[in-house]
Amino acid sequence: MVHPIQSGFANLPDSLTDAAYVLGKSKTTTLFKVLLPNIKPSLLTGIVLAFAHTIGEFGVVLMIGGNIPGKTKVASIAIYDEVESLNYGMANTYSLILFSITFIILLVVYLINGGYLKRFWE
Amino acid sequence: MIELSFQKKLWSSSGDMLLKVDLAIRKGKLITLFGESGAGKTSLLRIFAGLLPPDEGRILVNGTAWLDTSMKINFPPQKRKVGFLFQDYALFPNMTVKENLLFALNDKQDKKTVQELIEIIELGELQNRKPGSISGGQKQRVALARALVQKPAILLLDEPLAALDHAMRVKLQHYILQVHREYKLTTLLVSHDIAEILKMSDYMLILDEGKIIKEGIPGEIFTHKEVSGKFQFTGEIIGMQKQDFIYIVSILIGNELVKVVADETEASKLHIGDKVLVASKAFNPIIRKII
Repeated sequence: MVHPIQSGFANLPDSLTDAAYVLGKSKTTTLFKVLLPNIKPSLLTGIVLAFAHTIGEFGVVLMIGGNIPGKTKVASIAIYDEVESLNYGMANTYSLILFSITFIILLVVYLINGGYLKRFWE
Repeated sequence: MIELSFQKKLWSSSGDMLLKVDLAIRKGKLITLFGESGAGKTSLLRIFAGLLPPDEGRILVNGTAWLDTSMKINFPPQKRKVGFLFQDYALFPNMTVKENLLFALNDKQDKKTVQELIEIIELGELQNRKPGSISGGQKQRVALARALVQKPAILLLDEPLAALDHAMRVKLQHYILQVHREYKLTTLLVSHDIAEILKMSDYMLILDEGKIIKEGIPGEIFTHKEVSGKFQFTGEIIGMQKQDFIYIVSILIGNELVKVVADETEASKLHIGDKVLVASKAFNPIIRKII
C-alpha cells in the first residue's frame, strides 16, 4: 500500500505543489484537490495489491490468526489442509478459485490503469 | 516599487555559489533576467514567490515587507500576490482547462474573471479539454491565464517559452505583452532568447554566478553602436526612431539587433514589421571581439 503511493507522489512534478501554493491554496486543499486526484492509478494499485496480498496470506494466519473452519479459515490455509489430508481434488478446486480471483483483480487494475476501460465511460 | 535584497547559498554543479541580489524594480515594467544555466535566475524568482527561503534579506513590495529575516517576517507563497509561470506549465492534469482556471479563483472572486480571461487569451475552444490533450503552446496559454486569475500585481515568468517552437513563441510573447499592459503588471521574465528580450523587455539584468553583473536597456546591451558592417543580411524592422533629419532603424537579424541609418525618403517606405535586406558595399567588415 505504502510503496506504490509513495512512488506516485514522487513522480508528480514539484511544480504542481508550487503552482497550487502560489495560487493561494493551503496544504490540505493542495493535497486533496491536486495531489491525490493525480495519483489515482497509484492509489488503486496500492489498494488492490494490499488486497491481493491479504487474500493469499498464509504464514501469519496459520501461526497466530487461528484456523477455525467457517470463521478464520482463509483460502490458502484451506488448500494447505486439503493437501495435508491427501484430498488433492478439493485442493485443486480451491487453488483454481484463488487463482482466478486474484487474476481477475489484477487484470481489472491493469485495464483501468492502462486506460483501456476509459473509452466505455466517456 | 519593489525592493529585493537577499542572499542565499546555493549548491550548484560547480560547487557552492552565493546568490546575492540587490534590486529595485519600478512598477509596471517588464524586466528580463538573462544568464547562463545555474546562474541563479530561477532561484531568484522562487525566493521572490516564497517557494524558497533565502538565508537572509528582505523583500519590500509597495512598502509592505513580504520577507524580512531580521524581523522574522516571511509570507508564505499563499499570501504573496504573485502569478508564476513555470517552464513545465504545471497545469493540474486531473482538471479541465476551465477547472484549472476556476480552481485558481479565491473564495471572494466572481466566476466572471475566468470567463474574461478565457476570452482575452482565446481559450474558448479548449476550455473543456484536459491538459494532457492540448499542445505545449496551448498549455502555456492556459497557465498564463491561470496565473492571472487572482489579478496579481506581479507576474513571474520562469522561462515560460523555452520549450516552444518559434511560431508559438512569437504568439505567446504577444499574449504576455498584451496582459502585461492590460493588467498593468510588473513582470519579471527569465529568458535565454535575445530576440525575445529585445522585443519584450524594458530593462534587463544579466546574472552570473549569483551576482548581477550588468544591467540596462536591452538594445544598448546587445548592440555596439560604433560598429558598422559590410555583410548582407535579411532581418525584420522592429523599431524606427527619428533623430534630427535622419531615421535610425532597428533591425533584428537572426538573434541580433542592428541599427541602420536611413534618410527620410527611405524611411517613408519602411514600416515596423517589414522584412528587409541589410547590405553594405563601401566598407570592409570589421571584426571585433565581444568578450
